[in-house]
Amino acid sequence: MLKTRPWVPYLYIAPAVALLVLVFAYPVAKVIDFSTRLIRGSSGPYVGKLNYQLVLEDPTFRAAAKHSALLLLAVPILLLISVVVSVLLYERMRGWKVYRSVLFMPYILAVPIVGIVASYIFSLNGVLNSILRAVGLDDLALNWLGSERLALWTVMAVIVWREVGFGIILFLARLLSMSEEPLEAARIDGAGWWARLRYVIIPELRGTIEFYVVVAAITMVAWVFAYVYTLTSGGPGTSTMIMELYIYNQGLVNSLPGMASAAAVLLLGATTILIAIRFWVSSRTRDEEVLA
Amino acid sequence: MSGSAPQEVAAPVAVRPERPQSRVRIGIPSVIRHVLLLVASALALYPIWFMVTTAFKTRTDYLDNPYSFPWPLSVDNFSQATSGGDFATWFKNSVILTLGSVVLATVFGALAAFAVARMRWIGRNVFLSINVALMVVPPVVMLIPLFILFTDLHLVSTYQGVVLIYAGLTLPFSVYLLTNFFRSIPHELIESALVDGSGNLGVLVRIILPLSVPALVTLVVVNALWVWNELLIALVFLPEDKLKTLMVGVTVFQNRYTLDVPVTMAGMLLASLPMILLYLFGQRFFIRGLTAGAVKG
Repeated sequence: MLKTRPWVPYLYIAPAVALLVLVFAYPVAKVIDFSTRLIRGSSGPYVGKLNYQLVLEDPTFRAAAKHSALLLLAVPILLLISVVVSVLLYERMRGWKVYRSVLFMPYILAVPIVGIVASYIFSLNGVLNSILRAVGLDDLALNWLGSERLALWTVMAVIVWREVGFGIILFLARLLSMSEEPLEAARIDGAGWWARLRYVIIPELRGTIEFYVVVAAITMVAWVFAYVYTLTSGGPGTSTMIMELYIYNQGLVNSLPGMASAAAVLLLGATTILIAIRFWVSSRTRDEEVLA
Repeated sequence: MSGSAPQEVAAPVAVRPERPQSRVRIGIPSVIRHVLLLVASALALYPIWFMVTTAFKTRTDYLDNPYSFPWPLSVDNFSQATSGGDFATWFKNSVILTLGSVVLATVFGALAAFAVARMRWIGRNVFLSINVALMVVPPVVMLIPLFILFTDLHLVSTYQGVVLIYAGLTLPFSVYLLTNFFRSIPHELIESALVDGSGNLGVLVRIILPLSVPALVTLVVVNALWVWNELLIALVFLPEDKLKTLMVGVTVFQNRYTLDVPVTMAGMLLASLPMILLYLFGQRFFIRGLTAGAVKG
């Protein structure tokens, strides 16, 4: 540690603190305040729980909350694909780097671009349906983005397509820095590939799995705006409405900042729970050196 | 190299040198492995293939057969895309915002991380924990108050306003990553600088930052990628045509050419090109940078 005058460290953090107050602290305090007011311009009269009541009774909000929760179903899918593919690449056979580059490629594309390209692939007369019809699977040529029943699942598939690239390189990086000894011991003991996977590899990955699950859950609940905006804009009807889009629409399109703020506070509550889980997980696993 | 020890702390997952070629195998049959990997690769590449091939088709070719190989290659879509969209302006705006916010976040982050990693003060651990927690707060929560505040301050439709937001949103990760790295720099190196008469800022600039180049590169890649791809803030805070970013531009473009898929794909390809080229030339920085974001928090 450097010897400094007592006030010197605070000078060093001052610019960062100022920026964090401007971008996080002030707006979060304000959004809580806004959620209890009837906002016109930059403030308005106190209305208590009214905005929350309006939001909770709004069928569009209910749809948004339900869909954001349903998107969490993508988390186990992301986890499964990431783990399986990284295990397949573990032995670094000829060409593994090519596979890695290719599988990571979707993650390099910007989300809005992914959304737009996918909107054409999945349209009623898009390339996916053309291929299905060409091979005689006309019954499977569905209205992927235009039907209320399917649209959310199509959106989820697109999200998984891009986001899984990150999971793969994350688990692969962990596997490649793992000690070989347990695996060698298992081999000497005559364990087959399934036993080696089940009893050596998966336990080694446990910490990374816990970490990834929380990160992926936060992504699905709170960071998918650009996908939905470019793929469906929440439609058809409200079948792909999600929390972020609801807040954006109410606040900036429908000019209802009070309701938007109430919804934002509820979303913040949901992410806080996920953050709390993350802290809990990392404090529990700290001693085990799971990621290091 | 003196940088190797700090690397392990900043990015233990990604930067630790990979073991030499594995001798111990899990033993999954090779056929199964390659079949699964080929299927996964095909799925990962197909949408990109679709974008590229469609961009080189005429509209009739596309309507005729959306999955055929484009032959003869038509480059008309690109001239139409560049004349119909304002790619040069969008690109310039994205570059300005990315550079501005990455520089700001790196400077502020380095100053704060230096204090956290190398000085003793009350509130140090709280400050670091707050940064870790803020890493996952969704920007949409702050959207409405920020918009009202920035309207009052006349910061909507300005580069400065959005640079401040982007720098602020990427700052918690910057502080966190740099703190971990700075902590791992051996104290003897710092003491030698103190003997030479350097002040605190001198230690940071002359000793710590030069030793932290790997962490700084990682940080710049992660933050630049995030800012470059951001849509929501850019959409709300830069509504004017001449200030639109590339990501907002592509959504405008989508609406303008809804029916002309090849022109849209040409536009998407042009918009993706900068990142694809950067990835092809600096792949290791991307992979290292993005897994570094995954150190336990």
